[in-house]
Amino acid sequence: MARALVTGNYAAGYAIARAGEANRNARGCAGGAYPITPQTEIIEFLRGFEFTKGRVVPVESEHSAMGVCIGSSLAGARAFTASSSNGLAYMTENVFAAGYYRLPIVMIAVNRTLGPPWNIWVDQGDSLALRDAAWLQFYTESHQDLVDTILLAFRVAEDERILLPAMVAMDGFLTSHTQMGVELPEQELVDRYLPSCKIPHRLRADRPTTIGGLTWPRETEHHRREIQEAMERVPAVLNEAIDEFEAVFGRRPHGALSCEHTDDAEIAIVACNTIARTARQVVRERRERGERVGLVKCKLFRPFPRAEMIKALSSARRVAVLDRNHSPGSGGIFWQEVVTSLRGRPDILVQDYLVGLGGGDVTPELIGEIVDELGTQTTAQEPIWKETAA
Amino acid sequence: MTTTLTGCSFGADLNDSLLRPGNTNCAGCGMSLGLRWLDEALDGKVPFLVVPACCGIVTAGAFPTTAYGAPTAASTFASAAAVATGIASVLRMNAESSPVVCWTGDGGTYDIGVATLSAAAERNEDILYICYDNEIYGNTGGQRSSATPEGVVTTTSPRGKTERKKDIMAIMAAHRIPYAATLSLAHREDFLRKVKLAACTRGFRFLLMLSPCPTGWKSEAEDSVELIRDAVRCGIFPLYEVFDGSRYRINMERDGASVNAYCERQRRYRGETLDASLMQTRIDEQWRYLKAMAAAFPAIDDPHHPS
Repeated sequence: MARALVTGNYAAGYAIARAGEANRNARGCAGGAYPITPQTEIIEFLRGFEFTKGRVVPVESEHSAMGVCIGSSLAGARAFTASSSNGLAYMTENVFAAGYYRLPIVMIAVNRTLGPPWNIWVDQGDSLALRDAAWLQFYTESHQDLVDTILLAFRVAEDERILLPAMVAMDGFLTSHTQMGVELPEQELVDRYLPSCKIPHRLRADRPTTIGGLTWPRETEHHRREIQEAMERVPAVLNEAIDEFEAVFGRRPHGALSCEHTDDAEIAIVACNTIARTARQVVRERRERGERVGLVKCKLFRPFPRAEMIKALSSARRVAVLDRNHSPGSGGIFWQEVVTSLRGRPDILVQDYLVGLGGGDVTPELIGEIVDELGTQTTAQEPIWKETAA
Repeated sequence: MTTTLTGCSFGADLNDSLLRPGNTNCAGCGMSLGLRWLDEALDGKVPFLVVPACCGIVTAGAFPTTAYGAPTAASTFASAAAVATGIASVLRMNAESSPVVCWTGDGGTYDIGVATLSAAAERNEDILYICYDNEIYGNTGGQRSSATPEGVVTTTSPRGKTERKKDIMAIMAAHRIPYAATLSLAHREDFLRKVKLAACTRGFRFLLMLSPCPTGWKSEAEDSVELIRDAVRCGIFPLYEVFDGSRYRINMERDGASVNAYCERQRRYRGETLDASLMQTRIDEQWRYLKAMAAAFPAIDDPHHPS
C-alpha cells in the first residue's frame, strides 16, 4: 500500500473515488458536487477523477447535490457527496429523504461552524444537527482514520442488513487542510473489500414500483421501527466490516469506540475527532504520572453505541465529555448521549464541557485543566463553558 | 427485506397503463388525460417517472399499492430535476435508454423547483420535463403561484392576484435547451406529435401543459377539455415550439375568440384586480412577440429535430 503525505480533503476524495471506481463492474457510481469551505477540495478531486463508469454532477446547490445522489442511488449506483456547515443545513430536506428511502449514500461532512455570524472553523454542530436523519454518523480523528472509515462506511451502509446512508465527519482545517502520512489503498484492494453495490429496492425498468409515496400512520410507524432495527444491527455489522478490513488491508481500523486506559480509569474523557487525539496525549502523560485517567474516543455517533459506552465507562467515577458543539437550551450533544447511556449508573458523575466552539484551539493544557477540576468535583453541574484563550 | 422498508408500493405490472384505475385524481383533472396521452405517445417505452410533492404524487394513492404503471420516485418538492439527473446519469452509463420523465406541477416548476430546473436545463441533462400547469398550488387547497394569472382569486390572493403569470417558456428558451413546447389537452394530434418528438430528442426537453383543475379553477369537470380549447382559441395559451432556444414555430393561430368565453366558466376569474381589457392587451403583446420570433427565427426541419 502506498504511503503518502496528503491533506484530509485529498485523503477523503481519494477514498471516495476508489470506492466509486470499485463499483465499475456493477451499476457504476455518481454524485453531486457543490463547493463550500472547507470541503471544496473533495468535490474538486472527485470532478477531476476519471471514473471508468461514473459521473460527478456539478450542481447548483447542496440540496440538489443530495438530490442527484438520491436519483443515482435509486438507479442502483454507488453514490456520494461532501459538504460542510450551511451547505449541510441547506441540504437537510434531502438528507432526511436519503435516510428514509434507505439509500446507502456516503457523504463526507467537513465540520464547520454554522453561521451567521460567519465562521469557517471547526464545530460539530453542522453534522450533529442531522443526527435524526436516519444516517449513520462517524467522527474521525486523523487522516488514516478518515480513509479507513470511509471504506467501512460504504461497506456497512450497503450491507443488506443495514441499507442506510452514512456520514463521515472530520474537523474543518485541522484535518481537512493539514497533511499527514496516510496509507492510501490501491484500487485492487478496495475492489476486494467493497462488493458490488446492491440496492434491492432500486427502480428498475421491468418493475413498476413507486418509492416514497403516501403512507398511513401505521405503515409510517413500521418504516421508522425498521430503521431503528437496522441501526441496532450496525455495531455487529461494523465489527464484521472491521475484521474483513484487517483481512484485506492488513491493518485494523478504529471501531465504534477506541478506549485507552479505561479499564481502571477513575476519570474518563469522552471525545471525538481531533480533540480525541489531543486528549490521548494528555491521558498518556497523566498515566506516566500515575494518575488513573482514561480516554474513550467515540467514532460512531449514530447509532450511538450505548452498550459499548456503558462497558467502556464501567470503572470510571467521573466522566468528562468534551463537546465541540452546542444545542442551545440543553448543552453538548455527545454529553446528552453519554448521560442517556449511563442512566442506570447514577454513581458515575458525568460532566459536560463545551470546548473549542467556533474552532477555538483545544490544547493539552485546557484538557489537563478539565481533568484537574473534575478530580475535585463531587456533583455534576450544568454544562461548563471553557472559553478559548484569547 | 420487509414490505415497509422504503415505502415501496407495488401492485402494478408492465402490462398496465401508465395511469392505472384507482388513482386519486379529481374528476376533470388535466393530469388524467395528460398521463394517458403521455403513455400513448411513449409507444410502449416505460419511463422512469420522478414526481415531486404535488397532486401528481397523491395520484399514486397510498402504500402499498400504486396507480403508476412505471417505476416512480416521489422526490422532495424542489428536487425533481436533480433526482432525475441522477437516475438518467446512471441509466445512460449502463446503456439503458428508458426515458426519464419529470412530472411536476407549477409550484415545483415555476417556484420552489426553478433553480433545480434551471441547473438541469443548463447542463442539458437527458430528461423530459413535463409541467402540468394548473396555475395554482392545488395540493394544498389552492394558493397563488407565480404561474397564477393576474386577476385570479386564490386563497392567498383573495382579492385577485396583482402580478402577471411568469413566462416559464421564455425562461426555458433562454437556457437554449433542444426542445420546449406547449401542450393542449384539446388538441390530441398536436399533443402526441410533440411528446413523440420530445421523447426521441436527446438532452433537456421541457413541455408545458395547461392543466385544468376544477377544484381550483372553480369550473365544472365536464368543461375541462373545452376550457383548454377556449384558452388556445383566444390566445391566452398559445401552442408553440422552441428549438434550441432560438427557433420558433407557432402551431395554431388564435381565432379571434374572446378571452371572456374562457374566463366566464371559471369562478376563479372574479378578482377585484381582474381587468378584461388589460388581459386582452397582455395576450396581444405576447402574440406580437411570438409572431416576431417565429418570423425572424423560424423553426427548420433538421436531423436533430425530425418533425
